[in-house]
Amino acid sequence: MEQSVKPKKKRKFITPKTAPYIFIAPAVLLFVIFTLYPVISSLILSFQRTTGGVTEFAGLANYIRLFNDPLFYKALSNTFIILIIQVPIMLTLAVILAVFMNSALLKMRGFFRVAFFMPAITALVAYAIIFMILLDENYGIVNYMLNLLGFDSIAWLNDPFWAKVSLIIAVTWRWTGYNMVIFLAGLQNISSSLYEAASIDGAGKIRQFFSITLPQLKPIFLFTFVLSTIGTLQLFDEPFILTGGGPNNSTLTISLYLYMNGFRYFDFNYASAIAYVLVIIIAILSWLQMKVVGDKE
Amino acid sequence: MKKKKIRELLKKIGLYSFLLIGVIISMFPFYWMFIGATNPSGRIFSIPPNLTPGDHFFENLRNLNDTVGIWRVMFNSLSITLLFTLFSVMICSAAGYAFAKYRFKGRNAIFFTLLLAIMIPYHVTLIPLFKLMADLEWLNTYRAVILPHLSYPFAIFLMRQNMKAIPDSLLEAARVDGAGEFRIFFRVVLPTMRPALAAVAIFLFMFQWNNFLWPLVVMNSSDMYTLPVALSSLVGMSRIDYGQIMLGTTLSTLPIMIFFLMLQKQFISGILGGSVKE
Repeated sequence: MEQSVKPKKKRKFITPKTAPYIFIAPAVLLFVIFTLYPVISSLILSFQRTTGGVTEFAGLANYIRLFNDPLFYKALSNTFIILIIQVPIMLTLAVILAVFMNSALLKMRGFFRVAFFMPAITALVAYAIIFMILLDENYGIVNYMLNLLGFDSIAWLNDPFWAKVSLIIAVTWRWTGYNMVIFLAGLQNISSSLYEAASIDGAGKIRQFFSITLPQLKPIFLFTFVLSTIGTLQLFDEPFILTGGGPNNSTLTISLYLYMNGFRYFDFNYASAIAYVLVIIIAILSWLQMKVVGDKE
Repeated sequence: MKKKKIRELLKKIGLYSFLLIGVIISMFPFYWMFIGATNPSGRIFSIPPNLTPGDHFFENLRNLNDTVGIWRVMFNSLSITLLFTLFSVMICSAAGYAFAKYRFKGRNAIFFTLLLAIMIPYHVTLIPLFKLMADLEWLNTYRAVILPHLSYPFAIFLMRQNMKAIPDSLLEAARVDGAGEFRIFFRVVLPTMRPALAAVAIFLFMFQWNNFLWPLVVMNSSDMYTLPVALSSLVGMSRIDYGQIMLGTTLSTLPIMIFFLMLQKQFISGILGGSVKE
């Protein structure tokens, strides 16, 4: 009987004190090697210059070159034009879809949700290729439809203006449903008593939307806004496949320009400087958006 | 009374037609892709557009295999994705568990650093990582694609949010029963976390399956290509065979679509988990 009393605990290596460190060790180790180290290394690279296999400190040379590089400004402005037009269109569409989907009149909600979400799960490469074919100037189905409706064909991918529009359409197609699902979750968290009180006070549906739904969705707006901004600033796969940055660099994005400098011209130092400008822009924008959209949250 | 009913009906019609147009827009490219996969290149670009399936599926498959070795590429994609998902789920859930259920020195600082990394653009690490892989002579290997993103901050964050729901009393009870910390994690924590693990696993699976830029950079011999990289190489060819390409996109999309349809509830909750809650 006495034997069943537990023997005195041996000094074990894994105790409640050491266990958390063991649990986080693999994640932290991999993170340090494959994220933290590259982030720092990239910063150092951006201050260096490599000529004939010799690497030396170059001060701000890469950054100065960057600020005198018309192509960089082109990439920057392209990215911002896409950002400013695409993100509001997409989020507006997503909110409208979410409100409609939340309607009590609607059945088969699950079906609609899946159908709208589907674009977000496809490989970027796959959908960019499909859009390339759909938007073909001579044989694409989109121009065929336009012709049927009596419009002229549009040189979607071969005209600087329409190439940007094509990118905006493609990105909107892919991500609207994703944002809709996030908004839908937000809508379901709004207490129905708010709407009941409002309709007793005689507020119509549209009035309710602007004075209850939108304010209540504010944190979600902030969340989707920041995510979409970061996503758009990193836009790469679509212009890479769809237009290759052309025509006439009209769809050259910052990420694409970074990739070209790094892996086509193998100018790692210059590409690293581009990467760091991107980091700074994302940091500033995220901070601004949090200031503007979400008060103290 | 009647008027009200009619108004309701009109509203319903408006609602459904708006949403149906949306569904057509979001689903048509998929349908178009399946059509293209079964038709010869020429018929994809016929006017008026051909909207019916053809009988060229096997011919497209043969051609696709001749140009990119599709079976090998599928095998690469599948192995890389499965290995990545398996290891990443283990690593991220262990870390998430520690962050949720232990108090230890440096916990907040480390967690905050990880969170900050979510905001950092992927591209910043691209060049140093490429140099690192080249120095290690790891280019064109599975590990070059798998290792760098195993510690996926967003997955750690999601696991931590979910792990918080485990009652401390459950863990205490296991400790009183004499279970070691590892035993508790594997026997108590992981089994109760199955839905969250599934959600995070699907998320990671999709990320890796669709991942393009990094494999594009590190895989430069065609027998090591993943599906997205092989597809993009087809687009660069001088004579593009669209039948092949459409079949290729179908093969890269169909598995993930089926996977998603089976597990969409978990997947969507995985994306929303922790992010939307105030």
